[in-house]
Amino acid sequence: MTFRIGPRTNQIIAYSILLLMTLITVVVLFFIIGYVFKNGIGQLSLEFLTDKTRDMGKEGGILPSILGTFFVTIFAIIIATPLGVGSAVYLVEYTKGGLIHRIISFGADCLAGVPSIIFGLFGFIFFVIKLNLGWSIISGGLTLAVMIIPTIIRTTEEAIKAVPHSFREISYSLGGGKLDTILKVVLPTSLPGILTGVILGIGRAVGETAAVIFTAGSSLGIPTSAFSSTRTLAVHFYILAREGISMPKAYATATVLIIIILLVNFIAYRLMHRFMAKYY
Amino acid sequence: MIIKTANLNLYYDKFQALKNVNLSIKENLITGIIGPSGCGKSTLLRVFNRMNDLIKNVKITGSILIDKKDIYSPVYDLILLRKNVGMVFQRPNAFPISIFDNVAYGPRVWGISDKKTLIEIVERSLAAVDLFDSIKDRLKDSALSLSAEKKQRLCIARLLAVEPQILLMDEPCSALDPIATGKIEELMIELKKKYTIIIVTHNMQQAARIADDVGFMLLGELIEFASAKKIFTNPLDKRTFEYISGRFG
Repeated sequence: MTFRIGPRTNQIIAYSILLLMTLITVVVLFFIIGYVFKNGIGQLSLEFLTDKTRDMGKEGGILPSILGTFFVTIFAIIIATPLGVGSAVYLVEYTKGGLIHRIISFGADCLAGVPSIIFGLFGFIFFVIKLNLGWSIISGGLTLAVMIIPTIIRTTEEAIKAVPHSFREISYSLGGGKLDTILKVVLPTSLPGILTGVILGIGRAVGETAAVIFTAGSSLGIPTSAFSSTRTLAVHFYILAREGISMPKAYATATVLIIIILLVNFIAYRLMHRFMAKYY
Repeated sequence: MIIKTANLNLYYDKFQALKNVNLSIKENLITGIIGPSGCGKSTLLRVFNRMNDLIKNVKITGSILIDKKDIYSPVYDLILLRKNVGMVFQRPNAFPISIFDNVAYGPRVWGISDKKTLIEIVERSLAAVDLFDSIKDRLKDSALSLSAEKKQRLCIARLLAVEPQILLMDEPCSALDPIATGKIEELMIELKKKYTIIIVTHNMQQAARIADDVGFMLLGELIEFASAKKIFTNPLDKRTFEYISGRFG
């Protein structure tokens, strides 16, 4: 005799399992954020954000690390965005579906899956030593740029592919050339998708440790030029916790890091939403 | 006679989509092309502004003359052709930018950047499609906020802004309701004073209402080409008669 479950019961079971899965995911996420906040939020103060780091991080604030994170990330994004977007445009608009496209896409996918410590090692050997840039914002930024380019290429590619073919036809039918069509129709229409890629890139750059610890260094001074060595927030947190310097300061740093990432996402989605509301 | 084709054949790879098409299209008239789906009427329309160039493996033989010049000759300026021969598509596809920028798109591509000139062109083009008065305060709004009919008017205005001579219309009313269709048809009759219009339509009543000349196509062949009156009252070919009386298609 076979045991049958009625279709209605079936639905309820499926629904419950899916709901449970979602709940587990969300609870884990909130638990991590909540735990870090619980331990860190009490340590936060204006001094902590604006003070120099003293005594290896036992005392003082994290201003140098905030500045370091900011500069390294900005540098990475400024390098990676044009390269990534340009490559994606070339792949979709000029090589569509050809062998070159498939090889480069495959390469980008592989690159996106490479552990960040490998990028760190590469950045150390190539930028820091070979190009003699030293442990610096430049080295860190370049390494992060190499790391996030695949993400930007992939998201931009998808965004460009989603632009209706008819838009391109209209542009051509009005006498527009290929370049006009790309610059004035394809890119503006796919801007929200491109921004998503850039935001993902910022997220990865801000939270990265392995790739920057080898390339930007871990100096605690306030950066004075692009060649200054610096310690990003994530690296600072790692060192505070790993070396057992100060757990309260480590949690406080982690809290700041999480707040920054949340803020970046929040602002970016607001911007995107306003853009979409205006034109879509 | 502004457009003339002679022994025009078109192949998509091995499939022959147009077979030995010979026709002459006269200036300042509306020429309707009718026929069942897949008969090649859109393909024929896209020959006139070389839109088929965007598709791979298209081969064309025969000649297509516009103003006595072969538009497929290697020395012919393709970009200029696209400016002179504009196209209105099936879907009212406005770009997701402002109404003003939509109309200004073509002129900007053509290198006009002077603000005053652009405003003048946009206003004139919108007025030509009877849209200016109703949206003059909303030029900065997204074009996607317009109704389907107004969007199609906007698309026509966007086209008029580059000052074409010939308008190709590929089922321009198929995404519109009957009232909007009627209004666009009135607009077409208005526009034929200044432009030569070729319209592809699967709607025979529409062809009967607005076209001066009508061509009937079937399986890539131009079966019959004559005045609308003749085609709809006294067609020569049996297949034309069967199609317009609704036996197939």
